[in-house]
Amino acid sequence: MNLDARIPDGPLEQKWENRKFEQKLVSPANKRKYKVLVVGSGLAGASAAASMAELGYQVECFCFQDSPRRAHSIAAQGGINAAKNYRNDGDSIQRLFYDTVKGGDFRAREANVYRLAQLSVNIIDQAVAAGVPFAREYGGLLDNRSFGGAQVSRTFYARGQTGQQLLLGAYAALSRQIGLKTVKMFPRTEMLDLVLVDGHAKGIVVRDLETGEIRSHAADAVVLATGGYGPVFYLSTNAKGCNVTATWRAHKRGAGFANPCYTQIHPTCIPVSGDHQSKLTLMSESLRNDGRIWVPMKPSDKRKPADIPDAERDYYLERKYPSYGNLAPRDIASRAAMTVCEEGRGIGDTGLGVFLDFRDSIQRVGKQAIAAKYGNLFHMYAKITAEDPYAQPMRIFPAVHYTMGGLWVDYDLQSNVPGLFVLGEANFSDHGSNRLGASALMQGLADGYFVIPYTIGGYLAGQKAGAIKPDHPEFGKIAAGVRDMTKRLLAINGKRTVDDFHKALGKIMWSKCGMSRNEKGLNEALREIPALRAEFWQDVKVVGSEMTMNQSLERAGRVADFLEFGELLCRDALERRESCGGHFREEWQDGGEAKRDDVNFCHVAVWEHRGEGQPPVRHQEPLAFDNVHLAVRSYK
Amino acid sequence: MRISLHIWRQSKKSTKANFKQDGKMVRYQLDHVSPDMSFLEMLDVLNEQLTKKGEEPVAFDHDCREGVCGSCGVMIDGEAHGPESGTTTCQLHMRSFRDGAEIWVEPWRAAAFPVVKDLVVDRSAFDRVVQSGAFISVNTGAPQDANAIPVPKADADRAFDAATCIGCGACVAACKNASAMLFVGAKVSHFLHLPQGRVEREQRARHLVAAMDQEGFGNCTNQNECEAACPKEIPVRVIAEMNREFVRAKVRQEPVSSKRVGGDG
Repeated sequence: MNLDARIPDGPLEQKWENRKFEQKLVSPANKRKYKVLVVGSGLAGASAAASMAELGYQVECFCFQDSPRRAHSIAAQGGINAAKNYRNDGDSIQRLFYDTVKGGDFRAREANVYRLAQLSVNIIDQAVAAGVPFAREYGGLLDNRSFGGAQVSRTFYARGQTGQQLLLGAYAALSRQIGLKTVKMFPRTEMLDLVLVDGHAKGIVVRDLETGEIRSHAADAVVLATGGYGPVFYLSTNAKGCNVTATWRAHKRGAGFANPCYTQIHPTCIPVSGDHQSKLTLMSESLRNDGRIWVPMKPSDKRKPADIPDAERDYYLERKYPSYGNLAPRDIASRAAMTVCEEGRGIGDTGLGVFLDFRDSIQRVGKQAIAAKYGNLFHMYAKITAEDPYAQPMRIFPAVHYTMGGLWVDYDLQSNVPGLFVLGEANFSDHGSNRLGASALMQGLADGYFVIPYTIGGYLAGQKAGAIKPDHPEFGKIAAGVRDMTKRLLAINGKRTVDDFHKALGKIMWSKCGMSRNEKGLNEALREIPALRAEFWQDVKVVGSEMTMNQSLERAGRVADFLEFGELLCRDALERRESCGGHFREEWQDGGEAKRDDVNFCHVAVWEHRGEGQPPVRHQEPLAFDNVHLAVRSYK
Repeated sequence: MRISLHIWRQSKKSTKANFKQDGKMVRYQLDHVSPDMSFLEMLDVLNEQLTKKGEEPVAFDHDCREGVCGSCGVMIDGEAHGPESGTTTCQLHMRSFRDGAEIWVEPWRAAAFPVVKDLVVDRSAFDRVVQSGAFISVNTGAPQDANAIPVPKADADRAFDAATCIGCGACVAACKNASAMLFVGAKVSHFLHLPQGRVEREQRARHLVAAMDQEGFGNCTNQNECEAACPKEIPVRVIAEMNREFVRAKVRQEPVSSKRVGGDG
């Protein structure tokens, strides 16, 4: 497996300039001869499709939702980072770069992160020009707030719905191109396989979710922007439709899967209320600007929060991490919450919860000021829990939120399969083993607006335009395989529902490969998952037919992939014998803090699929740190 | 809780306005509904039961389940997104109903939103309206510094209020004329209150209104049902703004100059 990251020469701050200059170009007259497929229409996909179409390429864009505007980027609440230094508080590209590398626990590629920090500045300019209504101050200039893992205010926001506003900005740009007929949009269409011709990605096979038709689309390059794999845990803050299918099936066609065990557990979500729970709702990290997290000092203290005096409250983040306090990074805040719950100090009926309390802020700045900043989040919390967060503290608990792992890509965001590019959460590249808050939107848009439009040309310039057509025999072969799988799923007619299997998988993943992991549990999971998968293929019940809209069938295909992928995730967690960021192995810790092993694990783990029944092979891309010092990550 | 549901079942996509022949209401009973369930989680429970019995589950659109993607949306007892104000169907909880309730669940009804299956409708008309002009025509590139365009806070807030639209279609479903003017007005208003959006205001107003009419949405007769149904509580002032912008664009529509502009290079 070729894992050359192709990092450009030169000093860190010159690398991207150098790559842009040395890259081959496609002339404006030739661009229209090339076709690019973009799968996914979130921040990365929509911005990529629009930007490439503006350059003149023919673009086809696919999403499984009924409209590209509904991709799950829309649910991002808190904000987007950019090193604008509008606050005059000492921010810079260098500082955003350093914070991100450190936040990722020194497991990301320096050159990629530096480019991300450089591009962060352009994203804000682009979004404002496109009409994204960011929060403003009375002077008319943009407002900022703080997010975890940073000591500067560099987060731009749009109340508690920054993702929505940024996605609608990218969707507007995409819509404009659809109207100009430079992008052909295929909503309610799911990618079910990748087609390689002579080792290059040249198309995809999709299912039309409205009619059930299986179709082939040929092109000169394929861009995957299909998001993360959080729902492998069943319960997560992801949308119900989020899935690993596109990336997993590309992996089975040869694309390396990097660091699948890097999953992010977000510290502030609304706790589970019962077995019927279908998803978990995030309460934005931005709330930690004004909310204070605490539990009672004494175990099993069932008094009402208002009746517990300050002296008997443990503001444990402020106590343990005085310099970052409630804005400690997500992985650290989540583990700290888990620790106090394990000590029996958790709150609520289940004991799995901590308080996020706005009492002091409301006293300080008034209820109105808090409502102006977080109104929609408080409203959402009240709707779900039937409790008033202005009057009593929120109850929160960690939940699966984001996945740092993904398909391996080089500096140009190209996977090891030539012609297959991967953007946004679907790739692995920029966040190391823990993503800082407000960095996902930044990465999705940097990849889509400002990286792929340049790097795709470097690949296409070496390809003959339009050489492959959908009547190429490889498409027929792969489409037949997709039809077979659909028929198999419908033919089983067993006793258990798809959701039943999904929940069972989620239970294994959360209890054995969740917030903390150990060798014994991971080995158990590696026995239980294949057994569950075998049962799935014998006993799942999918009702309905294939040539119509069939939502159970859609879910069955996705769960079938999660049942394979979950095993790889656990295997990666087992083999990474260190703790770093979101990957916490109980055997490697230092007083409850993650203990890295830089001698043996300062590398990206990249998995190669070897076919059914064959164990996957683990490859390594070594990580070099020439510009930051590999330090123990401290927020104390 | 014990809940009886009457749900619209339809297996094939509607063609024209013959929806009454395409499907029918079917009654289902659920005996153990928790008041903490969301409305969609209650439908999940129903679908699990139906699947186990070998019956086809009820198709419905949903995704984020936190009130922001705009996928979900059904008529519940004749109200778009159900009885709570400012709420999407996914954020409506069963505690809003009484034990023993009989609930009637139907898809959005509008000529411009054909029913695809059961509770799923085709809202691509909204996308086509947006494609006709609900954007600022800037390419990706190197625009001026973000703070070079100051926006008075009050204007930014007005733009923001309109931009919170999630495109669910409740406004159309709630309107007796199946008008999309709250949706389209929200697009107009969002860009109207931003300096960078004013450059194209006239053609935007003309194009959006034309596209809206072409898709078969009705006209506004000032009943304000849309505002009441909107889960994001978008105010009807955006309709007034759209009307004003449309009239303004008509008045300012000048004949195209007969002189050639610019050279042949």
